[in-house]
Amino acid sequence: MPGALHCGKSRGNKRDVKMSVQGIGIPEPQYRRLAVMPRWRSGMTLLIAWRNLVHDRVRLLVTLIGIAFSTILMGLELGMLLNFLHTTSTIVDHANVDLWVTAHGVRSVDLATPLEERRRFQTLSVAGVAAAESYLLQFAFWKKPDGVRETVIIIGVDPHAVMGLPWAIEPGRSVHDALSIPDGVIVDRLYAEKLGIDHIDQLVEINDHRARVTAFTNGIRTFTQSPYVFTSLRTARLLTGRADKDITYVLVRLEKGQNPEAAAAALATRMPDVDVLQPTQFSNKSRTYWLFTTGAGTTLIASSVLALMVGVVIVAQTLYASTMDRLPEYATIRAMGGPRSYLYKIVIKQAVVGGLLGYGVGITLVLTLAYLARHSSAAPQVPWWMAGSIAGITILMCAVASLVSLNKVISIDPVKVFR
Amino acid sequence: MTDAVVTAADVTHTFGSGPTAFTALRAIDLEIRKDEVLLLMGPSGSGKTTLLHILGCLLRPTAGVVTLQGEPTGSLNEDQLGALRLQHFGFVFQAYNLFPVLTATENVMVALDLMGVAGDAARDRARELLTLVGLANRLDAYPSELSSGQKQRVAIARALAGDPQILMADEPTAALDAENGLKAMELFRMLAHRQHRAVVIVTHDPRIVHLADRIVRIEDGRIAPESAAATVSPALAMGAAP
Repeated sequence: MPGALHCGKSRGNKRDVKMSVQGIGIPEPQYRRLAVMPRWRSGMTLLIAWRNLVHDRVRLLVTLIGIAFSTILMGLELGMLLNFLHTTSTIVDHANVDLWVTAHGVRSVDLATPLEERRRFQTLSVAGVAAAESYLLQFAFWKKPDGVRETVIIIGVDPHAVMGLPWAIEPGRSVHDALSIPDGVIVDRLYAEKLGIDHIDQLVEINDHRARVTAFTNGIRTFTQSPYVFTSLRTARLLTGRADKDITYVLVRLEKGQNPEAAAAALATRMPDVDVLQPTQFSNKSRTYWLFTTGAGTTLIASSVLALMVGVVIVAQTLYASTMDRLPEYATIRAMGGPRSYLYKIVIKQAVVGGLLGYGVGITLVLTLAYLARHSSAAPQVPWWMAGSIAGITILMCAVASLVSLNKVISIDPVKVFR
Repeated sequence: MTDAVVTAADVTHTFGSGPTAFTALRAIDLEIRKDEVLLLMGPSGSGKTTLLHILGCLLRPTAGVVTLQGEPTGSLNEDQLGALRLQHFGFVFQAYNLFPVLTATENVMVALDLMGVAGDAARDRARELLTLVGLANRLDAYPSELSSGQKQRVAIARALAGDPQILMADEPTAALDAENGLKAMELFRMLAHRQHRAVVIVTHDPRIVHLADRIVRIEDGRIAPESAAATVSPALAMGAAP
């Protein structure tokens, strides 16, 4: 029967065994006497991929540098982005409130506009509100001992408040004690050197007023690089020259069981000329403003994408060169009857193994740099999920980079091996 | 009963189409038999390599029928032809085409891997084959550490990995000196006569013609009339008058 010749594999083990499909076939070769292993256990394609990779040391070095470079850039850029995401909204995220009342149109928590304190009383008059506290935030100038001025962000809260207080305070005075001391301010240890301070009770000058460092926090970073300076509401007004009726936010705690959305709607109805935001809304608003409106985040993301593209190009180029070098051998495999998938496995494994090696080098450097910079004011944050994601992106990058080579492999003509 | 494992009946092959079409083979009738070393000879461009491609299921003829053990191969698709080559053919290439990054044993293991034989079984089989071709002491050598003759033997061992019925070699002695060329031919003869395989060799090499069982001379895409007989003298194969 024409065309009925079967070419698949069977389990027979003698030369005179007929291949079974369609009842017509040719005697089976003796190689079936050998132990046939499941294909998934075969490591030969991995061996070829590995040897191809390490055979040319210069090309390997270029590949590793390229992928490591890409990983480092991605890791640091995304780490900085994560840092920025956290720092742009850190005081919102740690305020422990149910709702924020802000002046209409405030774009970021750090860019506060004045609000009258009567808003706090109006807030308290709305059903379901358990507590409402005043919060004052304003930029100010901090004069260092050498006379140089630094911009800081003054945050004024009531010393007995339950919301909006500084967190991560170092052992010693309690937050309430530190804020209750007249002219007392709390700053973060990360910015101590920047602000020229090194010990508790040190006297400083803010907007030409004397203040006293009464406590340190540890790890409250600021996106604007203007350190947060927590103080009492009264001292804040004094330092910033604000009138007694001035605040910038009202922090709201709802009674248990109250629906924040319904409460926000009720507050908005009561005060139509202000914004009432849930913490996640205000947090996202602050992040979006700094990261995208200012272009800071866009730049970081664009840099990460560029790093990825650089990696793709380098891997693609080196892999393509390696594939071209091996075309005669690959054509030989095709001539012998090997399927294209066998060649795909070699090329893809070569790309992935190279990617993993380069990633290993790169992520080690990223984690080292992140560790060394952990006490800096703009430390990249590289949690394990991000390291894992970058690994996944790197593998994907290598798979994409192998497409050029795979395209070449697809077009291999086994006949050419005889020429 | 015939010993033919591959037959070509009225095989014609034309490359291209229209005014630029070139007919490389014309009405070829040929049998490839087991226990026999067959040389395909002829001037460059005569069509002998194209014939090897067609006999080896690497190329489909534009006309005519090729059968493997009596079964036509014409309607098989590319993947099926590949599987057929893997199971029934062994190829030895002029440039050897060994993976330079693999040892002799590993190069043979690649062919076994294609057939699903892996691990220790593949390693043992590869060593067995390399020992058969006289390379027991070069099992772990890389191609760059082997002489041309040794590379050729690795290529032969690789071709034998699937225990093929048919071995096809393209100019296997072209890059070898006389001594190694004769050794390679002795190996092919052993594989044909003792292991009952069919061996087809495309060659220009006059040094090996006396070791062939049959010589077919191709001229201008046709089998030369004087070589159509079952066996011809080496002198005939070289184009001398009968």
